Amino acid sequence: MSSGEKYVAAAYGVFLVVILLWAAILAAKLSRLERETGELAVLARSRPTAAGPGDG
Amino acid sequence: MSIPKPTLTALAALAVGLGGLSVAMIFFVAPVDSDQGLTQKIFYVHVPIALTAYAGFGLGAWKALRLLMTREERYDLESYTGVHQGTIFGVLTLVTGAIWAKASWGVWWTWSSDQLVLFLVLFLFYCAYFMLRFSIEPGPRRERISAVYALFGVALIPVSFFAIRLANDFIHPTVFTREGPQMTGVMFAAFCVSWVAISLVAYVMYRAELAGKRTDANLRELREALAS
Repeated sequence: MSSGEKYVAAAYGVFLVVILLWAAILAAKLSRLERETGELAVLARSRPTAAGPGDG
Repeated sequence: MSIPKPTLTALAALAVGLGGLSVAMIFFVAPVDSDQGLTQKIFYVHVPIALTAYAGFGLGAWKALRLLMTREERYDLESYTGVHQGTIFGVLTLVTGAIWAKASWGVWWTWSSDQLVLFLVLFLFYCAYFMLRFSIEPGPRRERISAVYALFGVALIPVSFFAIRLANDFIHPTVFTREGPQMTGVMFAAFCVSWVAISLVAYVMYRAELAGKRTDANLRELREALAS
């Protein structure tokens, strides 16, 4: 591989790596949000329901 | 009747397809530059990345202006995401530019080029945006101060963009002049496809990141409501 080819590969490689890393970070965030949504759903279900005006 | 927005998956697939097409055009269709040789191929990724960085900062400023005009909270996250996009593409502009500089000029960086220095100033200005934003408690005050800062930075964009034309910068090449693009039609077509592909990647990332930030904010509110 010539010197010029190495520089071209480095420039395109850096772009690809950063975009993939960014997508991986977003995917990790999405899975965290999914987990937190599940936890909140469990918490909401475990709360006693508010009594309506006609109840009791 | 409103036009339905294309799904993020469809846009991401289109971005990947266009990316593949642009790589094929750059390396198999566009001719090798007679002056710079193979290293000129960096132009097809470096310039669209730089233009996307400007677009990110510009979008951040536009949303900041919308926030200041309407006081609608949603523009704060949109402005923040735009500035974040610009900063990531700004890092990529500086890194790919440094690689191209080393290949063409033999140095990673030169302080004698106005274009380089002004882009660095613009980039550092928006880096400080995050320091300012996260030093203030969340709320309307932070939204307004962040918006004013993001709006001030937009003045640096045309200065950075036109610096090369305003100053006699003989180091950084000028490809787009008043006479049009200084390249062959095939080279320009490859550049345009690459530009569209990178812009689409940026748009997909913007929407994905914004959706994540909005969901995060909604979950925080929900958690607080359930805890009370």
